[in-house]
Amino acid sequence: MASSPLSSFRFRTFFFLVWLVIITDQAVVLYWFGLPVKVAVIDSLISKSFLLLASLAIINTLRFYMPRKENYIHLLSWVLFFTVLIALLEGWVLNAVFGEKEGYSQFLHHSLAVRVSLDFLLLSCLILFTVLWFHQKEQQLQEQRKDDAERMAKEAELFKLRQQLQPHFLFNSLNSINALIGSRPDEARKMVQQLSDFLRGTIKKEETQWVTLQEEMQYLQLYLEIEKVRFGNRLSTKVEIDENAAEMKLPSLLLQPIVENAIKFGLYDTIGDTEIKIYAAKDKNNLVLKVINPYDPETATPQMGTGFGLKSVQRRLYLLFARNDLLQTLGKENTFTTIVVIPQTTPTETLT
Amino acid sequence: MSKVIIIDDEPLARSIVKEYVQKHATLELAAECGDGFEGVKAIQQHQPDLIFLDIQMPKINGFEMLELIEEPPAVIFTTAFDEYAIKAFESHAVDYLLKPFDQVRFDKALAKWEDQKDKNSEKNTRELLDSVSQSPSQSQRIVIKDGNKIKIIPIQDILYLEAADDYVKVHTKDGYFLKNKTMGHFEKTLPGSQFARSHRSFIINITQITRIDAYEKDGHVAVLRTGAKVPVSRSGYGKLKEVLGL
Repeated sequence: MASSPLSSFRFRTFFFLVWLVIITDQAVVLYWFGLPVKVAVIDSLISKSFLLLASLAIINTLRFYMPRKENYIHLLSWVLFFTVLIALLEGWVLNAVFGEKEGYSQFLHHSLAVRVSLDFLLLSCLILFTVLWFHQKEQQLQEQRKDDAERMAKEAELFKLRQQLQPHFLFNSLNSINALIGSRPDEARKMVQQLSDFLRGTIKKEETQWVTLQEEMQYLQLYLEIEKVRFGNRLSTKVEIDENAAEMKLPSLLLQPIVENAIKFGLYDTIGDTEIKIYAAKDKNNLVLKVINPYDPETATPQMGTGFGLKSVQRRLYLLFARNDLLQTLGKENTFTTIVVIPQTTPTETLT
Repeated sequence: MSKVIIIDDEPLARSIVKEYVQKHATLELAAECGDGFEGVKAIQQHQPDLIFLDIQMPKINGFEMLELIEEPPAVIFTTAFDEYAIKAFESHAVDYLLKPFDQVRFDKALAKWEDQKDKNSEKNTRELLDSVSQSPSQSQRIVIKDGNKIKIIPIQDILYLEAADDYVKVHTKDGYFLKNKTMGHFEKTLPGSQFARSHRSFIINITQITRIDAYEKDGHVAVLRTGAKVPVSRSGYGKLKEVLGL
């Protein structure tokens, strides 16, 4: 149920001020027509009190029952009903109070048509205003709901994308630690530390948070170290970051899935050693990241190029920037390149 | 003495299994392999009684490797996380170890293997392979042993399949390769939107068809882009028309 317009203090004040103005106005007009001041004021007070009661009745009724658009004609009948009711009550009460005064009944009789049409107009205005008011409220509520639903969907989606940290990675890392415990306990301890730091980073970071490339690289380094322990000599990495790119920003946890994809692609699509190269540079107002891995164009199945990892990155970029052209992949000879462009203007700040 | 081989692409994963194996005087570690290609070679060379096999490995995975072996040895799979595979292991009574696992769990799997040594383990493995070859990731390509080489054929590169006794000839633009499976198997595993069985002995990649000609009485023949002609039977013609949306 919508709240009544009368629940707003400002509106309440306005409403009663208008009512006072109307009463004063009518009293002045009546006085103009030759009624004594006292009679004019009381007449005005009585007749406009009926109008006030009818107004309150209408506002409250609309609060509980708002006719549908095609039934707006009902509103007209309400106005007519209340106008007639007011006219009857007004005529009867005023006649009872002032009927004995000379000439008053006649005056009342003559002015009734004017009174009725004035009331009709005022009530019409009031009902129009109230309907508009309720409409706007309803729309605001609907928009609010829509916004809420969209925001929740977005958050849920981002959360799901974040959860893509592969259980595969986790269990295999634990398996490596298990193997190290027997033979090289110091390394096992180091890997437990790295894995913990990495996981803590994953849990702590908000998807909507922006971090500097330097911060993201520190986090990525943990991941790379773990993967290097897992895959031994097969995996090596080369990282080159332009000086002016280090302080540029990107959404947190965006680079890791790209590198993860490159490692998987490189390690599982080729036999032998795999070098993953990561480059970062500044291009105008964009941060440009390139991740390069070896692959075999003969056997790479088409869906591998846009594997789950990259698809979720693509989706995130879309949610953040409403653009689909920020992630590109390029397969040439035996190298596969993933390029991500991060605009440094952040339209996403509204998200947080 | 039982001969065992460890096949896993992660060196530390091999070393922990090796450690567990060495606790058993009855086991002899014949080889350690870092991928499926080495695995195939080592199995041929050593004829092991049992292999410990990882699933996710470079180029060809554990299942694809097993498909290439005529008489696969008993297998204990080792994997970190693969919902699809675990379901398959359970429904085909094939033993598996989930990484990380300890000596106790390892010994249990070994004891189970020793108990059932001669009981249809090979049949179970075959059934397992049949069932996993329908998994989405695996139905995208066919792995074939061609002499000493291993060939990976993405299914979009297949022109058509032809029955040949106990084998199926997989025709590609580079000639054909033999795979020891049945036509029924391929009819089941290849995506129906792209492949149709045009004849008792033929399955066509419909994206390769340029036209279908009438041939003798109530017969047809499909002409492929390469110019190859593939027989179409009467019921096959119906199926083709359905898949092509005619």
